[in-house]
Amino acid sequence: MFIKVLKTVALASLLTGVTQAAEIEVKIINNTGASTFTPLLVTTHAHSTQLYTVGSEASVALQTMAEGGNIALLVSDLNSEEATVVANPNEGLLFAGKSTTATLSTTATNDSLSIVAMILPTNDGFVALNNWKVPTEPGVYRVNLNAYDAGTEANDEVINGGAPLGTAGIPADPSGNAGENATGFDTEAEGFVHVHRGVLGDTDPEGGKSDLDATKHRWLNPVATAIITVK
Amino acid sequence: MAAGLILSGCDNSNNIAGINTATGTAPTAENVNVAGTNEPVVETQSYKISVKNLTLAQPMSPLLVAYHSKEVRLYTIGQPASLGLEMLAESGDNASLLATLSEKTEVTASQGGSGVFGPGKMTELTLNGTVSDCISVVSMLVNTNDAFIAASCVDVSSLAKGASMTLQLPVYDAGTEKNDEEASSIPGPAGGGEGFNEARDDRDFVASHGGVVTADDGFITSALTQTHKWSNPAALLTIERTN
Repeated sequence: MFIKVLKTVALASLLTGVTQAAEIEVKIINNTGASTFTPLLVTTHAHSTQLYTVGSEASVALQTMAEGGNIALLVSDLNSEEATVVANPNEGLLFAGKSTTATLSTTATNDSLSIVAMILPTNDGFVALNNWKVPTEPGVYRVNLNAYDAGTEANDEVINGGAPLGTAGIPADPSGNAGENATGFDTEAEGFVHVHRGVLGDTDPEGGKSDLDATKHRWLNPVATAIITVK
Repeated sequence: MAAGLILSGCDNSNNIAGINTATGTAPTAENVNVAGTNEPVVETQSYKISVKNLTLAQPMSPLLVAYHSKEVRLYTIGQPASLGLEMLAESGDNASLLATLSEKTEVTASQGGSGVFGPGKMTELTLNGTVSDCISVVSMLVNTNDAFIAASCVDVSSLAKGASMTLQLPVYDAGTEKNDEEASSIPGPAGGGEGFNEARDDRDFVASHGGVVTADDGFITSALTQTHKWSNPAALLTIERTN
């Protein structure tokens, strides 16, 4: 279930007139050098809907996306909220340096945009835009997207094909830069969504603590850029 | 001021680095010839560009600035760097990229600085050229293999005379040189090594930089220390339209 936020602006909206529906184009660019985004979820929804709240525990739907890239539960939740959903616009993984575009509409009710996808290779890192109010004025808007940590899985940085929800383990590194035989960092699930502190990696492809390559898999925000065209 | 307008997202956590700024600017009729004559009016505009180095220990190479149309891009995320950008990002030498830009009709003004600007320091250049769309800037972080700060085609078309805008700049990786952080391949004072090398032994596309690892973080062959790390933003860009 989503977290509801107070509709403090509802009255103001009523007083300022009807919000018009618009078609929007959302181009998402993976800015990173070697991180891969799993199938993206792009949605316009009511401003009272949030896929997550920084500082709070992730929903199971968000956790499922962040740990394994599966957006089905989020899509199902959004459909029940009568949101507009574009699932997997790139029809697969969005590799480093690549971009994809989703076309969808806003309505008087669905006036906010959210974007999420898991970042590989991470334990439960995801790229996101959270509940961004789509401007009503036509134009082109650039928004930078940061990486978040769902807080549901320990960031051990071991690539093992994946693990059940809540259990440490990274499914894969589609970029092909990973090492193997890492012993893993001794750490715990953090318990709440937060801005990701980044991956560490190491410089030992045959072992070490991490299967990630410190010289390739690290990132700094923003990890993605969204270019939103309001028509 | 429309051009300097920053539309904040609803989620401030999306704005940690301070660079999550959505700018929406509508085109203006300001530069259209409204005199009703057939005489072409060649208008020029002038800009003062200043960049401040926000890092602890990453001197930045002489700045390059350009005033140009939307068709020109100094780099594109996901695309290979041009030879000029590769040279600038690996050695700090802006001459090649500057020469390429100055030959383009879509570039109405370009300038290359001559001095390195160190941590905490500011550099300043001016542009004066026929009215165009946007301004780009680029400079290398010299204690790296091929990292650079940049702004690509910042829309200045609706910046009024006397007005200014400020942007926070992240660091990019040219992707043309492997980030081995060895002294022999870092041209800045931390390495004293080679600058440009035509070999492209990294992924060969421009991306956001993940930061340096450094010897203090277990990369024992790195010539860098924790002092050379940075977080975004690494530079502050101010564009003032002076005429």
